[in-house]
Amino acid sequence: MNPMLAAARAGLVRGGIEVRHTLTNAQDLWNYLFPNLIFLVVMFFMRNATVPGTTFSLGARTLPSLLGGGVAFGAMVTMMMTLALEREDGTLLRAKAVPHGMLGYLIGKVVQVAGMTVVSSVVLVVPGMLLVDGLAPGGPVAGLTLLGVVLLGLVACLPLGAIFGSLFENPRNLGVITLPIMGLVAISGIFYPINGFPTWLQWIGQAFPIYWLGLGMRSALLPDELAAAEIGGSWRHLETFGMLGAWAVLGLLIAPVVLRRMARRESGSAVAARREKAMQRTT
Amino acid sequence: MTVLEESSPPPEPVGPPDDQPVIDVRDLRMRYGSTDVLTGVTFAAHPGEVVALLGPNGAGKTTTIEILEGFRMRSAGEVRVLGVDPARGDERWRARLGVVLQSWRDHAKWRVRELLAHLGSYYLPYSTPQASRPWDVDDLVDAVGLTPHAHKRVNQLSGGQRRRLDVAIGIVGRPELLFLDEPTAGFDPEARREFHDLVHRLADLEQTTILLTTHDLDEAEKLADRILILAGGSIIADGSAEQLARRISAKAEVRWSRHGERFVHSTTDATRFVRDLFRQYGDDLEDLEIRRATLEDTYMALVREVESGRSGTALRELSGADR
Repeated sequence: MNPMLAAARAGLVRGGIEVRHTLTNAQDLWNYLFPNLIFLVVMFFMRNATVPGTTFSLGARTLPSLLGGGVAFGAMVTMMMTLALEREDGTLLRAKAVPHGMLGYLIGKVVQVAGMTVVSSVVLVVPGMLLVDGLAPGGPVAGLTLLGVVLLGLVACLPLGAIFGSLFENPRNLGVITLPIMGLVAISGIFYPINGFPTWLQWIGQAFPIYWLGLGMRSALLPDELAAAEIGGSWRHLETFGMLGAWAVLGLLIAPVVLRRMARRESGSAVAARREKAMQRTT
Repeated sequence: MTVLEESSPPPEPVGPPDDQPVIDVRDLRMRYGSTDVLTGVTFAAHPGEVVALLGPNGAGKTTTIEILEGFRMRSAGEVRVLGVDPARGDERWRARLGVVLQSWRDHAKWRVRELLAHLGSYYLPYSTPQASRPWDVDDLVDAVGLTPHAHKRVNQLSGGQRRRLDVAIGIVGRPELLFLDEPTAGFDPEARREFHDLVHRLADLEQTTILLTTHDLDEAEKLADRILILAGGSIIADGSAEQLARRISAKAEVRWSRHGERFVHSTTDATRFVRDLFRQYGDDLEDLEIRRATLEDTYMALVREVESGRSGTALRELSGADR
């Protein structure tokens, strides 16, 4: 058997096992469910408000946006956090000591984060559908759009998360990245349409993948008339796939370089030094 | 050394022939910034040998072992591990090594058996008719004495059990060469004994070459065929425990008293000295005592001497069987 193929397969299995660990661990499960619970409450209170300029429920508009935002945020932040944490606890070093272990580790991580993002989305959508009316899912085109946006969105965001996670030695410093990402979510039209924002802010929002994931999800799950409420009065599918594709290419070009650099620096004494620092902070 | 054509089939990972060392280190140097950690380390390890790298904390043991594992770049010197420069070791080379580093906290949610099966699966392509890889999980769990805990989560294991799991992970691919960095730090005596048995079994039954670091002389004495003392950035002694003891504790101290007066004399031939004493004083001799310096005393003195900067004398003293 080809060693790389064996490692890739081990990686897939690894991802599956880690998803199972997350799903059978109360603390982890709560970490995934809690934000969704808040979102559902927010949507519930939004159900009678309307999208500006229409009579359409704001809650129904928010659900697909949240799905998109969730994929982006989950892929970036979870990837970043686990990479930083597992570098600190020695998981990465362990992977490095095994033939093609890094390949298996990364494939496993992608499967785990993507898998949990999907689980998290389902947890949001199913009760969400019951809470708000007006979603118009169905139809093969909508389904394909949904699938395409989720997949491309993951490919765009996972490498970004991996890059951020590799750059930070100390998981407790990740707030430096997490806070701006939260800020980006706020100006990406997830909770509220960005049409009302100043133009410069709209441009910033549209420069990042979060906005396009939200837009793509809306285009798949909302009735076509709602396109009128978007920037340019259209779902802008071409731009959506173009922007997500561009981020994906950028991420996939940079991530291997950054990851390789990080992996090369990993050693037992590096892990020990990090642990020592962490201990000093807690005592 | 044979040069392989790009297109020729990869060599079977059966290990170097007996005359070729598994580890060959010549004048290894390591410098961090302006600090020299290793100032010229030279040693070799041969197939099936258990070698202990002994030295005080901060002597550069971990740095040395990390360079050999390919986890750290060296500043200068020649290093060959299984015939390959670790700085250029590929994944095929990596598959022939087992690595047990200092304490880990990884894979806390995984179950013991699950983790070993998973990490073992990376070694499947490296299986040969001579050595089937990976090690059968249940046999391995049994070999390290974790059978009662096979289905426990890793974070439920005690320190000693955790360390045995580390060793199991280190040997799951049936390595030809195993690195153990401070393997028994934090063990209670019982766990330590069990661990020593495990290392003996590996060396005897599997013919695994083992390089371990320790700052515990007693452990080095019990485990190793050969002890290398690393201090002041280089190897200051190299030999079996008996050889080292004989060489560095040649002098004995003879104490006696005569008519209530106490005497002390240091000699290299205690037997003859005492014979002379008896001949001279006969029944007047009382409280006779002969103390040979233990290996530990000598080791401590040696290390202290090197650390205080007088490494020249230590080297001269030991130059006999050193190289």
